[in-house]
Amino acid sequence: MKVEGFVHLLGNNVDTDVMIAGRFLSLSDPAEMAKHMFEESDPGFRARAKPGDIIVAGTNFGSGSGREHAPLGLKALGIGCIVAASFARTFYRMSIDLGLPILTSPEAHAIAKSGQPMRVDIATAVIEIAGQKIQAEPLPEFLLSVLRQDGMVNWVKQEVRRRKAAAG
Amino acid sequence: MAQTIAEKILETHLVDDKQKVVPGNVVRARADLVLLNDINGPVTFRHFANMGVGEVVCPDKLALVVDHFAPAPNALGAQLSVEMRRFAREKGIKHFFDLGKGGIEHTLIPEQGLIGPGDIVIGGDSHSTTFGAFNTFGTPMSWAGAAAIMALDETWFRVPESIRYNMHGHKSRFVTGKDVILKILQDGGVAGALYKSMEFGGPGLAEVNMDERMAICNMAVEAGAKTGIFEADEIVRAWADEHCKRPYTLVSADTDAQYVSRVDLDLSAIRPMIAKPYSPDNVVAVDEVRNVHVDQVYMGNCANGTITDLRQIAAIFKGRKVADGTRAIIVPATQKIYRQAIAEGLVDIFVEAGAVVSTPTCGACFGGHNGSLSDGEVAISTVNRNFRGRAGHPGAQVYLSNSYVAAAAAIAGEIIDPAHI
Repeated sequence: MKVEGFVHLLGNNVDTDVMIAGRFLSLSDPAEMAKHMFEESDPGFRARAKPGDIIVAGTNFGSGSGREHAPLGLKALGIGCIVAASFARTFYRMSIDLGLPILTSPEAHAIAKSGQPMRVDIATAVIEIAGQKIQAEPLPEFLLSVLRQDGMVNWVKQEVRRRKAAAG
Repeated sequence: MAQTIAEKILETHLVDDKQKVVPGNVVRARADLVLLNDINGPVTFRHFANMGVGEVVCPDKLALVVDHFAPAPNALGAQLSVEMRRFAREKGIKHFFDLGKGGIEHTLIPEQGLIGPGDIVIGGDSHSTTFGAFNTFGTPMSWAGAAAIMALDETWFRVPESIRYNMHGHKSRFVTGKDVILKILQDGGVAGALYKSMEFGGPGLAEVNMDERMAICNMAVEAGAKTGIFEADEIVRAWADEHCKRPYTLVSADTDAQYVSRVDLDLSAIRPMIAKPYSPDNVVAVDEVRNVHVDQVYMGNCANGTITDLRQIAAIFKGRKVADGTRAIIVPATQKIYRQAIAEGLVDIFVEAGAVVSTPTCGACFGGHNGSLSDGEVAISTVNRNFRGRAGHPGAQVYLSNSYVAAAAAIAGEIIDPAHI
């Protein structure tokens, strides 16, 4: 699980209403959600975001309303990873369960600048940026196992198969 | 080892009792109830279908409530209700609350006695922390995670660190539970309890009734918390004896439990508070806000749509009129509360004063419908969030307050200390 892309630098307390407004919560297709990400606060974001790009943010990223539309829309835009100084917990959990890798590193936010190339090894939580290697907080093994399955849906499928096999 | 309330509840729900309930660990545990609404329900159903399991393994642990796009404001919203009804029918979900049969989920589910002290309750909606009022571990979760519970009757939890709030002293007139949580947000900020369990105890607990406790726990999520839980006391016990449909376990923290911090909350020092735009932690005392005309006053939602709130509004409204140039919308949280308000003559007071009384819905709180705001408009609202754009146009401004303060603003046409009405 390695991600390579360009940095989009964001601030502290980026809430999910800013990522995608409540009136779009009736959408169910991630590709449709992707069209409305940061629509009001940064209308150019969608055009700038390229597959594999990495959001680097400050503290409490994804605060406010718990809505899968936010991580789903970012994933559908091609965002390969989010590195933040800290995450709102529902957003954190939603991202893992939807297979969107996220890492916690206050240091990365202090160093990174928008447009810089960045490499992230999700399994080891090592970030390479501007010639530096930063160690982010490693993810617990269980969460890595969910990310390897691209989220909870595939993880459950595998778990159900495993249980059936164990039951003979 | 000495434990917090959150640790004790998680431990009693472990799938594998060899796992250690220590902050930071990821453990597998069972939930007692999974609550979904018409926004997160249909997405969760798709996740569940993609898991290929077929039937819900624990259908009686699922509660479905139609409350967000309800009554449906448009065809897309109507489609969500259709999907809720279809899933409930096809999967044999008995706890299904359609329009007219329930109300706003976080107020409705305890009213129905579907949760109890010592339970773990998972919600697709972020305000599922509300259940902490009932000594319940209530927490929002990913919708894929909720689907996993429907498939496996278990899910993963990261054990949270905990903060202890020791409440003491007597609160002043016009001060409510809402002001207690706004004070906590003022002091600690929107990330003040990030990923933590906020646990409330102390002799001041008796100062806040169940409805006000719900307002406090509701906005624990605004401080970033995983859950906010009240210690079990006689008020919790009395509530549980009257409402709970299943056996329950009252849970208290051990006196030497490990808390990352202990916060002293002197209720007598708290004034009626206001959160200014555009964040729930942008908090000042009401008398620090001057000359703010309000176009709209919205009273309701999962934080403050209880009968206690409606009585507070009526105490201010009785014999008075909503100011010209200001409009007031009142939303009882459930059908039962609505009927109670009619029986007590409160609805008559509201309509007589020139307010609109709406059917229970989450509508305007999340900017969906039923009172959205235009560019440049200013509102005071008893809801829990005032992020830019949440209540409608990004140029609208929302102030958050308790029901007394909101009602006083409706009468005065501007933000005012209710003591000066």
